[in-house]
Amino acid sequence: MENKPIVEIKDLYVEFHSDDAIVHAVNGVNLTIREGETLGLVGETGAGKTTIARAILGIIAKPQGHITSGEILFDGEDILKYPEKEMRDLRGNQIAMIFQDPMTALNPIERVGDQIEEAIGLHNKITHADAIERAMQMLELVGIPRERYFEYPHQFSGGMKQRVVIAMALACNPKLLLADEPTTALDVTIQAQVLKMMKELKEKLNTAVLMITHDLGVVASICQKVAVIYAGEIVEYGTLEQIFDHPTHPYTIGLFGSLPKLDSTEKRLKPIKGMMPDPTLEIQGCKFAERCEHATEACRAKKPEIYTTQDGHQIRCVLAGKENA
Amino acid sequence: MSAPLLEVRNLKKYFKTGRGMLHAVDDVNFTIDEGKTLGVVGESGCGKSTLGRTILHLLDATDGQILYKGKDITNPTRKELSALRHEMQIIFQDPFSSLNPRKSVSETIMEPMKLSHTMKKQEMIDRTRELMETVGLAERFWGTYPHELDGGRRQRIGIARALALGPRFIVCDEPVSALDVSIQAQILNLMLDLQEDRKLTYMFVTHDLSVVKYISDDILVMYLGQVVEKAHSDELFKNTLHPYSKALLSAIPVPDIHANNELVTMTGEITSPINPKPGCRFMARCPYASDKCNEPQKIEEILPNHFVSCCKCREINHL
Repeated sequence: MENKPIVEIKDLYVEFHSDDAIVHAVNGVNLTIREGETLGLVGETGAGKTTIARAILGIIAKPQGHITSGEILFDGEDILKYPEKEMRDLRGNQIAMIFQDPMTALNPIERVGDQIEEAIGLHNKITHADAIERAMQMLELVGIPRERYFEYPHQFSGGMKQRVVIAMALACNPKLLLADEPTTALDVTIQAQVLKMMKELKEKLNTAVLMITHDLGVVASICQKVAVIYAGEIVEYGTLEQIFDHPTHPYTIGLFGSLPKLDSTEKRLKPIKGMMPDPTLEIQGCKFAERCEHATEACRAKKPEIYTTQDGHQIRCVLAGKENA
Repeated sequence: MSAPLLEVRNLKKYFKTGRGMLHAVDDVNFTIDEGKTLGVVGESGCGKSTLGRTILHLLDATDGQILYKGKDITNPTRKELSALRHEMQIIFQDPFSSLNPRKSVSETIMEPMKLSHTMKKQEMIDRTRELMETVGLAERFWGTYPHELDGGRRQRIGIARALALGPRFIVCDEPVSALDVSIQAQILNLMLDLQEDRKLTYMFVTHDLSVVKYISDDILVMYLGQVVEKAHSDELFKNTLHPYSKALLSAIPVPDIHANNELVTMTGEITSPINPKPGCRFMARCPYASDKCNEPQKIEEILPNHFVSCCKCREINHL
């Protein structure tokens, strides 16, 4: 039996309005993250990854951003209907987010410990002294000596700052952690340390994680489920094994073909031709058709339905299940 | 054997800071043969970009020698330097900040030709058109400005500009690290095609080991300003000898769920490059460190054409 779902996104649409155009950032996304599960959301710049995380947290930029339809069920309740006050109780408490850039996620003129303590004090009825003690424990949990509570962000290196940000996100024991490219700004050796730590912490605290990344290597090392997103649509979803051993959507296959591999001797990469479509255009058919070598008229005419295999591997492609499944 | 196109001997670049001398590049030696690619890898702050810039005289060397086609170009005169600009060029990391936002695509690509005062106007226009085609920029972008273009196209402008004067040698300073993977693959393939067509020699600076393996013939691994390991690309990945290279290699997340890569744990973070101690600079993070490592390290040829700077290398690798 699979675990109980923590968050269920149903048919979510998000638009951004500018003076003369509407950007269709998220187009009918369905996603479920279950208790204790790490879901990797993989895609390129502008695919809508961060927008989904922001929608869950209720921090879509206003007034230009609009959630035009859909539901986000958190623990069974539609949080899109929550008033701001109730969202504020959830945010940083039951749902926390790690932002991409640790350099800008911390307040430069506040001691790092106080920044962690703030979230704890806000969401728990405990004394200030207890909150400080808990913040110090959080620092130790992420491998930073408690004495450094009183230091400022500029006294920390990039990897340390990201640890502080993680400590802050985990301080209230959230049920759901949204990690938006948490290691992209770090060097590989530091990235390896942070990923290892996140994996250990996740197992210890049993937090569900939405891991947003463009790096399939990071997905392979930390996730159980994978959703591939392209131009605001989930094009493929499955377990780690399904996606890595049997990538089926032409875009997913293209992503793997674009990566130089350490263990192969191939002389040329197989990149995906072209670029992601302009998000202000409304495209009738498959959004990937323009770049797809298998595209037919049928692909351009109508948005493909999701094809689901017997073991739950989902592919949004007309060809799925026809030739090679 | 042909003579190397570029040779660097004991190159040093120090920066004066409030707290002492910052050893950004410290005693680096290497050669690159014509038509080959030298990959330079390391983490932020290891001096890899400074190395590239010092070779191109965007920074002045503190000490050491740079030889181009056998000729010493360490301290060129103004005239020599402008001649060198025709031979050696650079592609920058960030296609967003390395382009002048007030110059259109064609103006940017034409700029080096204008500055060289060697071409007539029509020649420059023809050449720009040709270059845009070479790097895959459609002619409709002739008068377009950088802010209207995405990262991949901007990087194509950067490449076209570097090619404008027909250089032999190009320093590629992380040219794909700001790009998405599918675009990254397009640009890498373009660079390889250009190299084949024009017999270009590249020095490819990057932190991404899978990219460097894909594109390089030889690889230098740098740590805090020094070369810790130097070998042919295949050899380096097959027989990684230096503890730092091993750690770096094991830290890359591999997009393969069946890969069994044991993480070589490396404690701590990069130490300060300001007034470094004479011993091994990796010592503080090295799992094999001992007293011997406090002495200055020499780079030695451990296996044929495979150089390592580590006194414990033979012991660790059972050689």
